[in-house]
Amino acid sequence: MQRLALDAFADLGAFAIDGIGRLGRAALFFLRVLGASAAVLRRFRLVTVEMLSSGVRSVLIIVVSGIFVGMVLAVQGYEVLQRFGASESLGVLVALSLMRELGPVVTALLFAGRAGSAIAAEIGLMRATDQISAMEMMAVDPVARVVGPRFYGAVFSMPLLSAMFSVMGIVGAWLIGVRLIGIDDGAFWSQMQAAVDVRHDILNGLFKSLVFGVAAGFIAVFEGFHAVPTARGVSSATTRTVVVSSLTVLFLDFIMTAWMFRG
Amino acid sequence: MSVNRSKIDIVVGLFVAAGIIAVVVLALKVGNLASFDTEGGYRLEANFDNIGGLKPRAPVKSAGVVVGRVETIGLDPETYEARVALRIFPAHRFTKDTIASILTSGLLGEQYVSLEAGGDSAYLGSGDRIAKTQSAMILEKLIGQFLFNKASETPGGASK
Repeated sequence: MQRLALDAFADLGAFAIDGIGRLGRAALFFLRVLGASAAVLRRFRLVTVEMLSSGVRSVLIIVVSGIFVGMVLAVQGYEVLQRFGASESLGVLVALSLMRELGPVVTALLFAGRAGSAIAAEIGLMRATDQISAMEMMAVDPVARVVGPRFYGAVFSMPLLSAMFSVMGIVGAWLIGVRLIGIDDGAFWSQMQAAVDVRHDILNGLFKSLVFGVAAGFIAVFEGFHAVPTARGVSSATTRTVVVSSLTVLFLDFIMTAWMFRG
Repeated sequence: MSVNRSKIDIVVGLFVAAGIIAVVVLALKVGNLASFDTEGGYRLEANFDNIGGLKPRAPVKSAGVVVGRVETIGLDPETYEARVALRIFPAHRFTKDTIASILTSGLLGEQYVSLEAGGDSAYLGSGDRIAKTQSAMILEKLIGQFLFNKASETPGGASK
């Protein structure tokens, strides 16, 4: 009985030490990535190539999900708003929810699933096939050559993708609200313009997605770079990337929302 | 190599351009950066006994048309009145005897400042103060007044 209790405490201790150690390694690795920034940004072509694979190739999924999210918001929002005789406010509802929350958050979640997992698998496989060690052997810094460009590719792509998502969402809501349901076109846009503040809503939303880009990009490169160099290790690194970045994005979103919109 | 290389650059360039266009569309079409040019226009001041729920950046309307925005709201340290600064778009002029009142749009809508021009031939200039103002209606005060009036009407009103 006593033995069992001791074991439980030992498990808890090991868990805590492991978790804190991982956090510390992540922080040091983050500093290392930031430290390589100058080298990465000087060779911006490497970032461009990464933006092609993580940013450009995510456009389709972002655009399509943006339109559908906007259409769903329009249908659901109209259903509630018309009970209060405020169906003209549909534009405000859709624009504010997209710009403040759904645009940045859904984009980040889709990005983690679509591009973050690919980044982690790629770097993890490089680790498993000793390509990273080979680079170190040749005195090429793998953080500057492999990790940095992928990280910055994600950071630069995320706000652009999020803005596209919001625009497509508003287009989708317009299609349903104005074209299909028949809300007045002028009221839809003018109420939206009166309620949406450029700094408070649009810039805050873009700032959020920039932070999500840093978080999702960093988690993907960290998990990939520190993957156990086996087939199973790479697969679990990919899984962990999606799970950890989704949770981190949601957590950061709560923190930033509480800080930005507390007033 | 250069063909392949420029193709990647073009595609990523298009991606970045599309993203920037999306931001610009958000700023101009969804938000209203175009009406942000409140730097132009002139400033008027008005003191109110009570501004209710008026907020900075609330619209200033005349006959229902937006003619400016509320710039700042402060408390006059001597008279304890609310001092509201209004930024009026340069296209609009108001007479010296203009009345400023705080009204509510709709039953639950936001509060705004309404300006009603009078018949004076002289116009308000930059920095002038609007002399005649009407405060916001506070529901609690109205109810209190109503109860008070009712009680004073009936002779034995307080007998219970």
